[in-house]
Amino acid sequence: MNIQLRFFASVREALGTSQEAVVLPETVRTVGEVRAFLRERGGIWAEVLGEGRALRMAFNQQMTGPDTPIAEGGEVAFFPPVTGG
Amino acid sequence: MPIRIQTADFDLGAEVAALRAGQKGIGAVCSFVGTVRDINQGERIGGMELEHYPGMTEKALEDIVAQARARFSIIDALVIHRVGPLKPLDQIVLVAVTSAHRGESFAACEFIMDYLKSEAPFWKKEDTPGGARWVDARVEDDKALAKWGIASANAAQGKPSA
Repeated sequence: MNIQLRFFASVREALGTSQEAVVLPETVRTVGEVRAFLRERGGIWAEVLGEGRALRMAFNQQMTGPDTPIAEGGEVAFFPPVTGG
Repeated sequence: MPIRIQTADFDLGAEVAALRAGQKGIGAVCSFVGTVRDINQGERIGGMELEHYPGMTEKALEDIVAQARARFSIIDALVIHRVGPLKPLDQIVLVAVTSAHRGESFAACEFIMDYLKSEAPFWKKEDTPGGARWVDARVEDDKALAKWGIASANAAQGKPSA
């Protein structure tokens, strides 16, 4: 499945990238599974996307939890808790 | 329901005048302006950079205003949020709400701000004497949203990841 990844704020800085097009294996079907898949890259990815880290996720620009299914051509974003206003 | 994300400053008087123009049913206008402080968590703040998620930000703010309309009998609402570099004294955000009577605009204005603080994708990075740092989400902001019966997992998740 083809998915666009987006990263913001401290997550973007730590990973050193703001976006990436990725081809996911069939076993990756949810936003939480995308996070786990990226953790398998190890290093900073395992650290920044670790289960214990404060991280918010969005699918197709809607804030979401780990169980949300992903779909072909979709956009998955990872970022820290928001601090606007 | 105008939503604007911009680097430029805004003029409260001009914005409210435009929101009220020709609307004879309006009897109350409530506005909130958030500004940049020169101190945060005991440190001098020389300035800050506001980042956002273009596309999602607009959708999130439109959703917030739609929820305010569903809860309160308001006539119109305006949200302007600045992004990019800002200095102490600068204006960051404007929320203005119009209604027939004051209670609805007071409540809706606070509701929109409380919601925005925990659910709209903006991030502040402050310049301090010790270097730049990302601002932590505040548990108080989740509590502010909880008083409207809305649970947020924003600050409750803990510290940001870097």
